[in-house]
Amino acid sequence: MKAVITVTGKDSMGIIAGVAGVCAELGANIVDISQSVLQEYFAMIMLADIDKLNVDFSQFVDTLEAFGAQKGLTIHTMHEDIFNTMHHI
Amino acid sequence: MIETRDILETINMIRQENLDIRTVTMGISLLDCVSDDVDVLCDRIYDKITTKAEKLVETGNKIEKKYGIPIVNKRVSVTPVSLVGGRADRDGYIKIAHTLQRAAEQTGINFIGGFSALVHKGMTPGERELIEAIPEALASTQMVCSSVNVATTKAGINMDAIALMGKAIKRAAYLTKDNQSIGCAKLVVFANVPEDNPFMAGAFHGVGEPDTVINVGVSGPGVVSSAIARAGDCDLSELADVIKKTAFKITRVGQLVASEASAALNVPFGIVDLSLAPTPAVGDSVAHILEGMGLESTGAHGTTACLAMLNDAVKKGGVMASSHVGGLSGAFIPVSEDAGMIAAVERGALSIEKLEAMTAVCSVGLDMIAVPGDTDEAVICGVIADEISIGVVNNKTTAVRIIPAYGKQVGDSVDFGGLLGTAPIMALREYSPAKFIGRGGRIPAPIHSLRN
Repeated sequence: MKAVITVTGKDSMGIIAGVAGVCAELGANIVDISQSVLQEYFAMIMLADIDKLNVDFSQFVDTLEAFGAQKGLTIHTMHEDIFNTMHHI
Repeated sequence: MIETRDILETINMIRQENLDIRTVTMGISLLDCVSDDVDVLCDRIYDKITTKAEKLVETGNKIEKKYGIPIVNKRVSVTPVSLVGGRADRDGYIKIAHTLQRAAEQTGINFIGGFSALVHKGMTPGERELIEAIPEALASTQMVCSSVNVATTKAGINMDAIALMGKAIKRAAYLTKDNQSIGCAKLVVFANVPEDNPFMAGAFHGVGEPDTVINVGVSGPGVVSSAIARAGDCDLSELADVIKKTAFKITRVGQLVASEASAALNVPFGIVDLSLAPTPAVGDSVAHILEGMGLESTGAHGTTACLAMLNDAVKKGGVMASSHVGGLSGAFIPVSEDAGMIAAVERGALSIEKLEAMTAVCSVGLDMIAVPGDTDEAVICGVIADEISIGVVNNKTTAVRIIPAYGKQVGDSVDFGGLLGTAPIMALREYSPAKFIGRGGRIPAPIHSLRN
């Protein structure tokens, strides 16, 4: 199972490292990243394998959100099933 | 493989276009709570609801977090209380209503529905007591919702019940006069009521249902509205396709949440209700969809046709997305709960007659309509009888949720706050149907009810 993590906000140094650090700490393995910076605006979609998560999914969502808030970023984490259900028959 | 475009579309629907799951409603049967002692009955009802729905809110919150989609309401519907009340008198029924309120508070849900009676063909003494208890029950509770089914296509229309409901609505308005007559916002009069409706105030747990069940209502007028705006100047066939595709996506999310809740709570999945349910929030209006389809204002000639097309396309798109569809499934057109409807009434474009016509082609009826507080009881009964006839003759559900707001006149408005919104007081015709209503008895079932 995978989680889709979206990160948006003002660009600064170490965003990817920071998010990746939180993921590693909680047992989420990053499998794909798509990232761009438009002017000073940072946007990233990250796909992470959550089979070996060492916390509850809700806690994973909250930890990433709290990390984002600290850095002035908006981080949303959603289970992949919502996208699969909505866009694939 | 998940594509970036799909991810962005979903996130945009949730964050910008107000896509949400309007309600996860757990139906709970109270049939095994019966007792000839009202206190024992109340204890059993309280225990059953608080046990079965103990984890409903917690589970809802978890799913919300997992998928990043808001689940606005967690609710409970129960067996129509008149069926378990036995020989309870008016005070007994009020006691049951208080029990439902306590159980709702304990479980942390938003609303509990089922203070209800099904009297489409006639009334037992108990059902009469329940109907007479409704105004006090609603005035002395906050989360209890009540509904009464007064007609079906098979049975015809019980005009005696409509007369009683006219009285109950006026009294509920009076008893909650210090709170904008809010009692009436929790009371619905139905024809052909569905037994698995997850939406309030009309939800109850039908007798053909299992012991417990999970029903889910989706929302998403904002998503449909934006899709229509993006479609630009296409013709109506194309527009219907755009609506269908959007409804499909919305409903798939409803189905996902329903399956997940059902598995987590170990309660069978019942249905997904496909209704487009508006809220007073900007960008969450059914009226604005109709205007996006090309009307200068909702209420213009052409409104009924627009709504008929919208309603049909929503169903066609949604039906393939869910394994079981039920409840009301259509577009809701409540006045107070829809910013576009409120605006249409305020600019004089939308009258009660046009609303009545619109209800012939969509899922509910005259919903959340505030009228002058001094409206004669017989006139209210006339409004109900008209609306109910539309349901009976067209073999569909219709309902009336009307608020004769105490002390208010045309030009005033009532503000309920939250999802119930703000209702401008609408004018009714004052000519009296009192003699017609006073005749009592039943309007016979229409000829096409004889289908066997």
